[in-house]
Amino acid sequence: MNNLLQGASTLFYKEVLRFWKVAFQTVAAPVLTAVMYMLIFGHVMSDRVQVYDSVSYTAFLVPGLVMMSVLQNAFANSSSSLIQSKIMGNLVFLLLTPLSHWAWFVAYVASSVVRGLVVGLGVFAVTVWFGNPGCVAPLWIVLFAVLGAALMGALGLIAGLWAEKFDQLAAFQNFVIMPMTFLSGVFYSIHSLPPFWQGVSHLNPFFYMIDGFRYGFFGVSDVSPWVSFGVVGSALAVVSALTVSLLKTGYKIRH
Amino acid sequence: MRALDGVRFDIQEGEFFGLLGPNGAGKTTLISVLAGLTRATGGRVLVQGSDVQTDYAAARRKLGIVPQELVFDPFFNVREALRIQSGYFGVKNNDDWIDELLTSLGLMDKAEANMRQLSGGMKRRVLVAQALVHKPPVIVLDEPTAGVDVELRQTLWQFIAKLNRQGHTVLLTTHYLEEAEALCSRLAMLKAGRVVALASTSELLKGASANVLRFKVDSELPSSLAVKARITGRIVQFPAQNALEIEQYLAAVREAGLEAQDVEIRKADLEDVFLDVMNKAGNNNAGSAQ
Repeated sequence: MNNLLQGASTLFYKEVLRFWKVAFQTVAAPVLTAVMYMLIFGHVMSDRVQVYDSVSYTAFLVPGLVMMSVLQNAFANSSSSLIQSKIMGNLVFLLLTPLSHWAWFVAYVASSVVRGLVVGLGVFAVTVWFGNPGCVAPLWIVLFAVLGAALMGALGLIAGLWAEKFDQLAAFQNFVIMPMTFLSGVFYSIHSLPPFWQGVSHLNPFFYMIDGFRYGFFGVSDVSPWVSFGVVGSALAVVSALTVSLLKTGYKIRH
Repeated sequence: MRALDGVRFDIQEGEFFGLLGPNGAGKTTLISVLAGLTRATGGRVLVQGSDVQTDYAAARRKLGIVPQELVFDPFFNVREALRIQSGYFGVKNNDDWIDELLTSLGLMDKAEANMRQLSGGMKRRVLVAQALVHKPPVIVLDEPTAGVDVELRQTLWQFIAKLNRQGHTVLLTTHYLEEAEALCSRLAMLKAGRVVALASTSELLKGASANVLRFKVDSELPSSLAVKARITGRIVQFPAQNALEIEQYLAAVREAGLEAQDVEIRKADLEDVFLDVMNKAGNNNAGSAQ
């Protein structure tokens, strides 16, 4: 048992070390991107959009941008690590070890959560100077950040297992992850949408991650944080179950 | 199509066992099944009693596999790669053994170098070190000397032979038959997924043609002679059972208007045995196909 725990913790350490060694690309670059969004959207929209009473648009934007960065980077961590190892062939070092599918799952997802949180903290530290969103319920903030990052880390594992080429992974990222994050209410409240699109937004699990996360800052949200928690928790359970079963069967990695 | 068919053999503990066969014979597939990289559709493979499918963790802990492909992780330096590999197997505080591996494989001065900066030969040494980092009792080397220089071969074989003397079981696949002859006490030969020979190296050599007639010619041999010969550039070799056969071959060469140069008669080696076995297996396969 100790051997297994150490094996999983080594894989976790290796995955964290991997992104940390290229932190300029994996941490600094997404922080800069978020700052660009803040500068452009914050400047253009701040006088035109009032989402909640007593919350400025720039302050509203901060949690959205932080959570979007958390989610995208958590996904990028597990998916890019796995596809690189598959294509370069060095995944064999891991395949030859006694690590169980659970160890793979825990290590890849936990390291994705760390990457997501590190980037999220970086984005928060920079964007908070544009508009302070406050902090009403910190536990909700941490809970949604961790659950959201874990869900995206697990999704990244599925995408990394499935993809055989970089362009397949890029397609997954550009046609699934990006639209779902952009249409989840990062830049707006869904209450400003027509009823039909409000309904559509409620089918997007990303909406609940961002809405619940935002509740922790403002104490107001489009839906109850408990509902968001239920949706995000259920999505995490379903995606995790699928990921673990794919790892167990060696989907596209053991032939 | 079956990559492996009815393959069945045991390797004794402490043995230095060779797995030979032409490209596509199934050697790497067999090793992949052993390593858990490929799942066999039937049959069982045990490593010191542990089934590679049902008890994979125990089986993999006993195995140290040097893969054939020259792969590496570009994010890490040599020492980091070895520490990480050690950690996967749950071996903590392994720096003494890692230092011994680095020294034995001539890697000490590259320990802090990034994997990307290493030459092909150096990367190969790291692959060997990674396979041995958890001190596995069974070492599997899948064509470890393909495309590497003489110095590395010498270093590698001295080190592996030392480990074998210390009790490690070694399974080697190679296309360098002189290496297999020198190192392996027992051999299996595979062709088209089937075992076509399985015996000790000395028995296989004893069963071969007694002698080989070897000479050089400047022109092409007549086809009636060429079909019986092994030709490598200017070098021609004929298996010969006795002096009469040797005389007959030389006479035929002379009658064809050719001059045999640097004529020598040598004992048959493993390469001759290998070709003989593969030819016979080919004929048998052709016969059964009809």
